Amino acid sequence: MRLADHRFFTGTDPELLRRWSPLSVERSYAAGDLLVQEGGPADRFILIFEGKVALEIVAPDRPRVTIQTLGGGEVLGWSWLLPPHLWRLDARAVKRTRTLELPASELRDALESRPDEGYRFLLRLLPVVAQRLEYTRLQLMDLHGH
Amino acid sequence: MATDGTPGPLAGDLSDQSPWYPVPYRVDRRTAETADTVTLTLSPAKGTPLHPFRPGQFNMLYVFGVGEAAISVSGDPALPEALVHTVRTAGKISGALTGAAPGSTVGVRGPYGSGWPLEEAVGRDVVLVAGGLGLPPLRPVLYELLRHRERYGRIEVIYGARTPKDLVYYRQIQEWRGRSDLRFQTTVDAAGRDWYGDVGLVTARVPDIRVEPARTVAFLCGPEVMMKFTAQALEARGVTDSAIYVSLERNMKCAVGLCGHCQLGPEFVCRDGPVFRYHDVRRFLSVREL
Ligand SMILES: Cc1cc2nc3c(=O)[nH]c(=O)nc-3n(C[C@H](O)[C@H](O)[C@H](O)COP(=O)(O)OP(=O)(O)OC[C@H]3O[C@@H](n4cnc5c(N)ncnc54)[C@H](O)[C@@H]3O)c2cc1C
Ligand code: FES
Repeated sequence: MRLADHRFFTGTDPELLRRWSPLSVERSYAAGDLLVQEGGPADRFILIFEGKVALEIVAPDRPRVTIQTLGGGEVLGWSWLLPPHLWRLDARAVKRTRTLELPASELRDALESRPDEGYRFLLRLLPVVAQRLEYTRLQLMDLHGH
Repeated sequence: MATDGTPGPLAGDLSDQSPWYPVPYRVDRRTAETADTVTLTLSPAKGTPLHPFRPGQFNMLYVFGVGEAAISVSGDPALPEALVHTVRTAGKISGALTGAAPGSTVGVRGPYGSGWPLEEAVGRDVVLVAGGLGLPPLRPVLYELLRHRERYGRIEVIYGARTPKDLVYYRQIQEWRGRSDLRFQTTVDAAGRDWYGDVGLVTARVPDIRVEPARTVAFLCGPEVMMKFTAQALEARGVTDSAIYVSLERNMKCAVGLCGHCQLGPEFVCRDGPVFRYHDVRRFLSVREL
């Protein structure tokens, strides 16, 4: 697994990826493992290469609900970029899942120290946010409801 | 869509198959798909059976004393002797159809409409996207694609429903998912922990499909908002709007292009559709009210 092979980084300056690659950590999760837990420190940027991850909302008065699943080529989220850097959801592997993960504080420092790269990075991340907002809106419309 | 019961009495012995007169069909089998959806298998009770159908065509199903509704044919085009329809209870007529017991009789006239342009799919990658009860009108396409598998490139199917309990053809989907010459993805809007499939809208699965956009043809069927956003997602992948087809639902009465009930701009959905090239109807999918 290489950063350059992930859809998120398609077209990214290879030089930047060369600098970031040594920071990345390869991880593997078994079905049922939690990748991140709501309220826990959002300390890494997670790129999914293979498998399936369920984003779950947990509320005390109702059963846990999966609101979206993510697969290979997708990224987990942006909580690591925005203060207070805490995860807003649980993310659980539904089947064996392989990821590359970048440490959040190093990544934030890198993006801040080079605003041009930071800007381009945000332009990559923003569609992920926008797309998830659009899905949420469509889900709210209850498309398949009666 | 439903009428107030326009057609006259069943004309069992009509041999000319007048478009106005339903032919009596017997309900041979009633299979519950979900809590509100059933699949009916019908055979001619007497008289001449209807003409064979093309994938994407629909029949008008008539319930005595209740009325008539347009229902897509969802069976295998190679087995025309068994007429298969999948119906969800949405109102009076559909409710009467889903409640039709084996042995009872319904009136059928059709088949009507243009159908999916399967000939355009030959030699190309094919994407089928179904939302909710959009799968039944696409199932005949899938039967045909798989029957002549060698004629087509990659086949990607994305099927979305509200919850796992709302998925129709559950067993058959397991079979399709087990095939190596087809990728069949199911996704639901929300699920509990007992669901191991995908959660999210069908549009979310589009970036992941493995096709060559320039040689892809896509057939979409489901709620219009879903088709609109799916078409946009396909366009973002590089599929052109003239290679995307959508199936539209409009109120129907005569089903033969005479009454104007189903008019959409210059077209009649019953006669010129229900399948249209997205390029030709995309403006209607953005109109606030029709
Ligand atoms: C080309 C085409 C293909 C189709 N294919 C299929 C198919 O394969 N399967 C299928 O199930 N349907 C299909 N339909 C839809 C079908 O024709 C009917 O529109 C649908 O079954 C509802 O008809 P109905 O008369 O039972 O409901 P209607 O009485 O027309 O009700 C329709 C809507 O009104 C609401 N409603 C009904 N009664 C009331 C009330 N008293 N108060 C408030 N709201 C009410 C219902 O909840 C529903 O949302 C197709 C339609 C078209 C045009
Ligand atoms: S239903 Fe009468 S013209 Fe289409």
